[in-house]
Amino acid sequence: MVALTSPDFKRRASRALGDERLQTALKRGGSGFHSKRAQAIAALPEFERLRDIGRDIKNHTLANLDHYLEVFERNVIANGGKVHWCADAAEARETVLGICRAAGARTVTKGKSMISEEIGVNEHLSAHGITPVETDLGEYILQLVDEAPSHIIAPAFHLNRDDWETRFRAAHTDLPKDRVFHDRRDIMAEARGKLRERFLAADVGITGANFLIAETGSSVIVTNEGNGDLTQTLPRVHIALASIEKVVPTLEDCTSLLRLLARSATGQDFSVYTTFSTGVRRARDLDGPEEYHVVLIDNGRSNMVGTDFHEMLRCIRCAACMNHCPVYGVTGGHAYGWVYPGPMGSVLTPSLVGVEKSGHLPNASTFCGRCESVCPVKIPLPKMMRHWREREFERHLAPSSVRTGLGVWGWFARRPGWYRAASRLGMGALSLLGRGRGRFQSLPLAGGWTEGRDLPAPEPGGTFMARYAAAQRGGRR
Amino acid sequence: MSSREGILNAIRRGLKRGPLPADQRAMLDGRLATHPRHLIPARSRVSRPEQIALFVRNLEKEFATVERVPDAEAVPAAVADYLAAQNLAPRFAMAPHPELTSLPWDSRPMLEFEARRARGDDAVSVQHAWAGVAETGTMLFPSDPARPTTLNLLPETEIAMIRASAIVGAYEEAWDRLRAERGGAEPSGGFMPRNIMFVTGPSRSADIEQTLELGAHGPRRLHVVLVEDEPAARVALSEGDPRPEAAREPVARPGQIANPAD
Repeated sequence: MVALTSPDFKRRASRALGDERLQTALKRGGSGFHSKRAQAIAALPEFERLRDIGRDIKNHTLANLDHYLEVFERNVIANGGKVHWCADAAEARETVLGICRAAGARTVTKGKSMISEEIGVNEHLSAHGITPVETDLGEYILQLVDEAPSHIIAPAFHLNRDDWETRFRAAHTDLPKDRVFHDRRDIMAEARGKLRERFLAADVGITGANFLIAETGSSVIVTNEGNGDLTQTLPRVHIALASIEKVVPTLEDCTSLLRLLARSATGQDFSVYTTFSTGVRRARDLDGPEEYHVVLIDNGRSNMVGTDFHEMLRCIRCAACMNHCPVYGVTGGHAYGWVYPGPMGSVLTPSLVGVEKSGHLPNASTFCGRCESVCPVKIPLPKMMRHWREREFERHLAPSSVRTGLGVWGWFARRPGWYRAASRLGMGALSLLGRGRGRFQSLPLAGGWTEGRDLPAPEPGGTFMARYAAAQRGGRR
Repeated sequence: MSSREGILNAIRRGLKRGPLPADQRAMLDGRLATHPRHLIPARSRVSRPEQIALFVRNLEKEFATVERVPDAEAVPAAVADYLAAQNLAPRFAMAPHPELTSLPWDSRPMLEFEARRARGDDAVSVQHAWAGVAETGTMLFPSDPARPTTLNLLPETEIAMIRASAIVGAYEEAWDRLRAERGGAEPSGGFMPRNIMFVTGPSRSADIEQTLELGAHGPRRLHVVLVEDEPAARVALSEGDPRPEAAREPVARPGQIANPAD
């Protein structure tokens, strides 16, 4: 499981800013995501209308979520599968372990799944003698070096090519030491060879799900590598992990959301592999799993229904918000300290782990609004970050300096006469003190602000209100 | 209380209501039964020849290669010539689909093949595409005893035969066809095969430095043999491309970061 380090956001963020290798990786990746998405959308004039449709489909589903989950369950069973309802991470981990044990599993292959990071399934299986093998290229190297993903669709976003080479040399000790990686393709070919053995040997395959379809009882995965499909096709048992808000009513609803997903995520018109799995191997089929399990996970989501954070449940995990976030763009994903980084993480993490542990995240935003403007299902992310800031303040979680400062400002702001008098006084004092240098390198109570920049000393001549009033009088004269 | 009841109750509490009344449930079930379509992008609302041309252009944009042949009898020669041109051994695993097994393979006696699922050491597969979607150059492979899923995944080279008459404009039209062919009125999704893969180009990854490389875990090459069984749709590809310029070029080429200038 990704250990929660969100309380340490400030320190981790400033360390990230000073990490030259990370900054190189972030600069390289970011602009590619922007231009690819922009190109894909320019080529689809209906994109804006599709965003409205995507929002409406998700809203309709959430308003009837209980019903669609029941229909989904019924249809999974009708097609020979099983649904396991899990209230929290612990129950989900136990359920997965139980299925693996019943299958007599020794190794388990895995497709990329953020919910599996959230519930910590790898550690749990390892602790009980079952080897989980991540097969997405990015997840594979992260497992080799025991790191968490730093991006929800490009997990190894933070690594550079030489990191891959060093880590592959350290891990694949059976291969010749003097082999040369001429280009990235050689790195990929080595991973392909290593993982091919794993795919063929695995007893159970675990994938996530981008969507669940109530109408047919299907789970849907969207990938480019083909690892998810090998994971769910070759072993005897397939387990799909999915949180409850992944369900949509029909194939047509899913199709409309798929038109948004790849374009928003990687700027592709459609991902290479979009696969609908329904039930178990049919009578005369030559391949496919004999058992199909959907582990349906709540882990805090049902408590978001009907709250200020209800709309977050529309998220389809495309990562457009983090790809366009100026804060993510300089800190990377690890600073956020849990599974979900960027703006969607800043809203979701407090909902799932508590704002007392992750209050820094909704504060790490300039409210520039780009996240909302690129969201394929129009989630009002800045508004919800603002809600978290309010909750944090109401629950006395903000630092006392902030509370006192805001309290003092609030007292004056409600009394315009006092406010003007105080700003006149403050401005006069600053202008007097700043005489000569014209700026301040440090100020009491504003150390955090002046640490990174100077505060210009006010020019003599009175506050804006004073000068405005004088100009009005002058105009009348 | 089971976790199932706990989750459903928490959702209902959040929605400030109990279980849905029967009339509302019936309304939702009606929506499931009629599965209404939403907006279908205009790009695929074009004539048949244009749809097929769009399918081919999109396939090529996604790094698949396409050869058009006049009839199914020409497929064995197309397969043999492609393998020779790629310097690949003339050996493959083939889907045991009647549209493939009935072809005149004897005309190319050098070709060795077995009709079966794929194994880990197969270099080449010949697969049968059930439908194509022009909108994005996507091929559909519903699993079936005659169309094993592993053929789409294990070999480094996949050759897919598709009939022009199997190409539709939008995904929704393929769903309609699936429902119609496999008894779509069933409320339990019984018309769905165990697995249906939508494939758009060869396997790829950009996990190493956000740089696109082909052939991550699935096929590195995807070659499509398009059988022009629809005479009315047999129109030259050289006609003008009606799409905006941005749609015509691949977003990124292998080994390159997309638009390094941006």
